[in-house]
Amino acid sequence: MPAVKKTVDSVEALERYQHGFITTVDQEFAPKGLSADIVRFISAKKQEPEWMLEWRLAAYERWLAMDEPDWAKVSFPKIDYQDSYYYAAPKEKIGPMSLDEVDPEILATYAKLGIPLREQEVLAGVQGAPKYAVDAVFDSVSVVTTFKKELAAVGVIFCSFSEAVREHPELVKKYLGTVVPASDNYFACLNSAVFSDGSFVYVPPGVRCPMELSTYFRINAAESGQFERTLIIADKGAYVSYLEGCTAPMRDENQLHAAVVELVTLDDAEIKYSTVQNWYPGDPETGKGGIYNFVTKRADCRGDRSKVSWTQVETGSAITWKYPSCVLRGKDSVGEFYSIAITNGRQQADTGTKMIHLGEGTRSRIISKGISAGRSSNTYRGLVSAHPKAKGARNFTQCDSLLIGKTCAAHTVPYIEARNGQSVFEHEATTTRLSDDQLFYVMQRGLSQEEAVQLLVNGFVKDVLQELPMEFAVEAQKLVAISLEGSVG
Amino acid sequence: MLSIKNLHARVEAAEILKGLSLELPAGEVHAIMGPNGAGKSTLSYVLTGRQGYEVTDGTATLDGEDLLSLEANERAARGVFLSFQYPLEIPGVPAMTFLRTAMNAQHKARGEPEVSATEFLKRAREVAGQLKMDFDMLKRPLNVGFSGGEKKRMEIFQMAMLSPRLLILDETDSGLDIDALKIVADGVNALRSPDRAMLVITHYQRLLDYIRPDKVHVLAAGRIAATGGPELAHELEREGYDKYARAA
Repeated sequence: MPAVKKTVDSVEALERYQHGFITTVDQEFAPKGLSADIVRFISAKKQEPEWMLEWRLAAYERWLAMDEPDWAKVSFPKIDYQDSYYYAAPKEKIGPMSLDEVDPEILATYAKLGIPLREQEVLAGVQGAPKYAVDAVFDSVSVVTTFKKELAAVGVIFCSFSEAVREHPELVKKYLGTVVPASDNYFACLNSAVFSDGSFVYVPPGVRCPMELSTYFRINAAESGQFERTLIIADKGAYVSYLEGCTAPMRDENQLHAAVVELVTLDDAEIKYSTVQNWYPGDPETGKGGIYNFVTKRADCRGDRSKVSWTQVETGSAITWKYPSCVLRGKDSVGEFYSIAITNGRQQADTGTKMIHLGEGTRSRIISKGISAGRSSNTYRGLVSAHPKAKGARNFTQCDSLLIGKTCAAHTVPYIEARNGQSVFEHEATTTRLSDDQLFYVMQRGLSQEEAVQLLVNGFVKDVLQELPMEFAVEAQKLVAISLEGSVG
Repeated sequence: MLSIKNLHARVEAAEILKGLSLELPAGEVHAIMGPNGAGKSTLSYVLTGRQGYEVTDGTATLDGEDLLSLEANERAARGVFLSFQYPLEIPGVPAMTFLRTAMNAQHKARGEPEVSATEFLKRAREVAGQLKMDFDMLKRPLNVGFSGGEKKRMEIFQMAMLSPRLLILDETDSGLDIDALKIVADGVNALRSPDRAMLVITHYQRLLDYIRPDKVHVLAAGRIAATGGPELAHELEREGYDKYARAA
């Protein structure tokens, strides 16, 4: 059939992963492997205070006694934790600097990725387009943070994590590890020992952050892991919208990304956290290479009437293991989780959320859209629980899976625990296959096969896409299209 | 307009069309009638380029251009439209968005400019009015939760909006009550014109009372077994297809 031939051709012509280039910059590494000395090395490199080093070392001790979790529906060869670099940084200065001091190669990298680091470029952009501040993290180090002055004018702190440890120790000490304790799980514990950098945000009481904040993570160095740590605090009545994006070069070996994100909302505060995750997924045919994305993300809705909403578009990584969660502690607090997870080629994803209702009148909402294509496996795993005190807790879960082709798999594993008689939990789930009938119908109206798949998939994920900040929704829509190119034929 | 010569086509191992020939000149409406399994739907799929239908012999041309080597969407861009017997549901995509995307894809393929949103809306209101459709229906995801009759009406709506040259109607009367049938038939009749041709595939004569064909073909066992005027449809209604099925 001509259509099949054409699809095969277009797949071959296509560069499947568009961020796979490698940047050549002088880099500095810690010696390979992991030990207490490496932890000390990292801490010293970052010129950290003693208390921070103690915290790391305690985490390292705990980690040594822990076992890698094996309950997720993913399989991979055992990771040799001694065969990786735990610190890689562009040579030259440590920490964020002015743009003129940043290695031009790194600036070129971000330009290639379409991320504006020069404030004037953002300002010179489309008239009326909302501007957003960027923290760019290259391997282990935050290289530049934009719009800091404008943010400081309203009291918002947006800086690299290392800088926060030095400049705002009282805030870091007060909140670090209070949402995800150092020993929470194997990968979070590893992160606590060796975390490199990440973003720190503090929004003071009553302040609505005047622009979108975003962090772009780029893994560049070979054989290195990336362990960033993000901490966002919205004080009473504050609001902030934050977005993270991630890419990595195409390399044949697997690279570990074990990040921790902690969010805290006090009374009446709100955090909207969006992720567009596009780590290198590995070779679609052989499954060689790609990022292991083993990430712990959790929000503590500590204050009454506070709200956290997670939105994620997951298209990358060889293996995804992540469950952005909400601990709904404050009375009438609200948690939301909107997710699009796409797996193609040989990717494996085990992802979902946890909504833990502790406070009275807490509400949560989960909308998950999983799409599997190629020979991939896509699992939704979610927990909704209500504590005896969480009277009047409500949850609505909608969990849809779409299968493209005949060699992929989708699984849904919901856990529901209500420990009081006054909670209402609803769970809806569907699994459908993108049908040849639908494809033909759309093509008969004039769309090419690729366009038809895009239209059908966009329809499937629409409820989630509309939760993303507008300027990123467009980016996410393109990403969805790219990651499914050549999935039908 | 449409010229089919000695068409043979198979689905997997089974040969369904076995030497079908048909001439459909511009400005005419031809009905294709026949028993179940005669190959009526196969003919519509082969003409519109559905995958899985393999042409083993013969030709089909539209104004002299070979149709069979084109992709389904390329045929659509050349003005081939199929009104489906069972229109598909497209969740999450409003009917308007769907149609505008399709229309612009066709325009692009033909090297024509995009249709502006205002122009599109104006035309959509007009056509919806003619088909007595609730305009709000066009804002809902295409065909999702629509009744059988609403789906058929939506097919005719799309047909009128895309203004194709070769119109193929596959069992458009199934699932329609008599009032809906009249509205749909009026919509189809409004599209009759000297530069268009229609192929009306139907099981029953009833539809042909409303959409008067110039010719009626009997399709049996994969080929045209008989051709006549509208009176042939009445004869089939009285006597059934047995005679043709046996002869084949």
